[in-house]
Amino acid sequence: MADGTMVMGSGAATSPAPRRVGSLKKLGRRRATTALLLCAPLILLVISLKIYPTFYAVFLSLLDRKMNEFVGLDNYIFLLSRPSFQLVIFQSCLFALTAVMLKALIGFILAHLMHNIRGRNQRIWRGLLLVPWVIPLSLSTLTWWWLFDPSYSALNWTLEWLGFDPIPFLGTTWNARIAVIAVNTWFGAPFFMIMYLAALKSVPEQLYEAAAIDGASAWQKLIYITLPMMRNIILITVLYSLIVTFADFDIVRILTNGGPQDSTHLFATYAFTVGIQSGNIPRGASVSLFMLPVLATLAFFVLRDVLKRSKEIST
Amino acid sequence: MSQVSIRKIVKSYEGDVQAVKGIDLEIEDHEFVVLVGPSGCGKSTTLRMIAGLEEITSGEIWIGGEVVNDVPPRDRDIAMVFQNYALYPHMSVFENMAFGLKLRKFSKDEIKRRVDEAATMLDIKMLLDRKPKALSGGQRQRVAMGRAIVRNPKVFLFDEPLSNLDAKLRVQMRTEIKKVHQLVPTTTVYVTHDQVEAMTLADRVVVMNHGVIEQVGAPQELYHNPQTRFVAGFIGSPAMNFLPCRLEEAAGALRIRLSDKLAFPVPENRTARYRPHVGKSSLVLGLRPEHITETKRHPEPGQHDFDMMIDVVEPMGMETLVYFTIQGVEASGRVNPNAGAVAMQSMTLRADLNNMHLIDDTTGKVL
Repeated sequence: MADGTMVMGSGAATSPAPRRVGSLKKLGRRRATTALLLCAPLILLVISLKIYPTFYAVFLSLLDRKMNEFVGLDNYIFLLSRPSFQLVIFQSCLFALTAVMLKALIGFILAHLMHNIRGRNQRIWRGLLLVPWVIPLSLSTLTWWWLFDPSYSALNWTLEWLGFDPIPFLGTTWNARIAVIAVNTWFGAPFFMIMYLAALKSVPEQLYEAAAIDGASAWQKLIYITLPMMRNIILITVLYSLIVTFADFDIVRILTNGGPQDSTHLFATYAFTVGIQSGNIPRGASVSLFMLPVLATLAFFVLRDVLKRSKEIST
Repeated sequence: MSQVSIRKIVKSYEGDVQAVKGIDLEIEDHEFVVLVGPSGCGKSTTLRMIAGLEEITSGEIWIGGEVVNDVPPRDRDIAMVFQNYALYPHMSVFENMAFGLKLRKFSKDEIKRRVDEAATMLDIKMLLDRKPKALSGGQRQRVAMGRAIVRNPKVFLFDEPLSNLDAKLRVQMRTEIKKVHQLVPTTTVYVTHDQVEAMTLADRVVVMNHGVIEQVGAPQELYHNPQTRFVAGFIGSPAMNFLPCRLEEAAGALRIRLSDKLAFPVPENRTARYRPHVGKSSLVLGLRPEHITETKRHPEPGQHDFDMMIDVVEPMGMETLVYFTIQGVEASGRVNPNAGAVAMQSMTLRADLNNMHLIDDTTGKVL
């Protein structure tokens, strides 16, 4: 309350109260305006980079190729009837679900191992294991591309040195799919690790002690204490990762460019091919928006459940 | 058969810090033993070693006639109530109480029967479907006790279970715990820093300090016959007065001299016991505030009146505490509210030397 309004009373003793209220109101209004001004850059940024493009993409997806005529859901119906797009749906689901599952599992195991390392060593390991997540993805994917290269691959060189036949990592359908999933898992697992480690650290030690006295084995503590206590974090990280992984672009674009024979295309890379490279922007927009209703519904239910549970268990 | 036997147990941490320094304690079947002491005295560590939550550096712990040093907590057949209750927040009250039984593969009917029985005893039957978050502190405390009771274990362990409750609820839950022990007389080890809790609940109180046991005994025994200055000062509220003194002998009689002007004759039955300490320089007179009162009728043998300038008067309702200073040391007395104690005025007080303690301050022992 160190504003000028407080000192007015002594000098202007005639009617200080109404004037004070008036200036406080003004201040209130001024503060709200200041707050709005301070937030304005962010609001503008969100509107211009998120909200406007989303609605514009929805609008585009409802136009014909020349962007002259409104065609309703024709782009979506056409896409669904095309075997090449059906393959993209399958691949995207396979890629996202497998990669997220692997990331969650590896992240969970790493977090547990990390949680049991005491003192300074934990910080060192944590830092080392976070490296894949910190390096720009396109750069690290280039390195993987080298590793998977049929002629100069360090992996194949090692295999040959051990007496095995070289593997065409990116040359056949399933090898390429597995390679793409592996790189995404390598990149994303540290994020899960760090989130789960934070969640593990927040479980009170006394719950484990109570469970130990109640008769729980290490496995039962994991099932009955750790997992339920981490449930919210697990749900949120899986949801977030699903959204990001479904939208993944860099890995496929750099490693396989959708090949061999379109067998690794995901929504994002396919949308790029159709929309930018082939010049059919409305159809590209339809491809990129395809998962929006599914993920939005999933997000709604997951977040509702998370909110309900966090209200229940927070003390 | 659920005696607990602690034999020379030691707990050391890294850097040679000894939290528990080789204590011995025998706890009988059905007995309620309270470990009490200031924070850092090793009482909680001792309890956690009995529970199996802390490793024992050396020594042995026996439960029900077996050495349990290497037995994990789940196989010790104990139940523990934690200071923060440690209820599982994602489980309902019923599930919390049933968890231990479920893990031990009890039938559903048996689990329900036991939980219902304990819930009725603790008056929490209407809370069984609630989550811990929806409970008050006292209700959580009851659930934590219920979780221990349903298991029907050999030993109950309580780790400062009432410290998170407000004063009124603490008194109420203290009575509840005592009632439950009367209904289910399981061997109990209870840790607290509150000497009132210790006195009211225990069959026997174990006073600990700096990782060693100072004294073990029934509450009344500790109160009337403390063996060390620490126990004398720890048990009783307000704390015992400790006044530096000299022991003088004149014409075969002993006198406790507190100042040039103030000296009390030692009661005759204590003369022989105290005579060897005449002239020692490090003696302290221990006298509880309840043994310094207002004067009434004629003094009995061992009681002596003295005049004192009262510094502070604290009316408590049923009694009034008066504070005064002897040779720079503050002391207190408990007088009748109608005795007319007024701050900064002189008052005649009566010291009951029949309840005095003479302490050698160099050893801390009561003589």
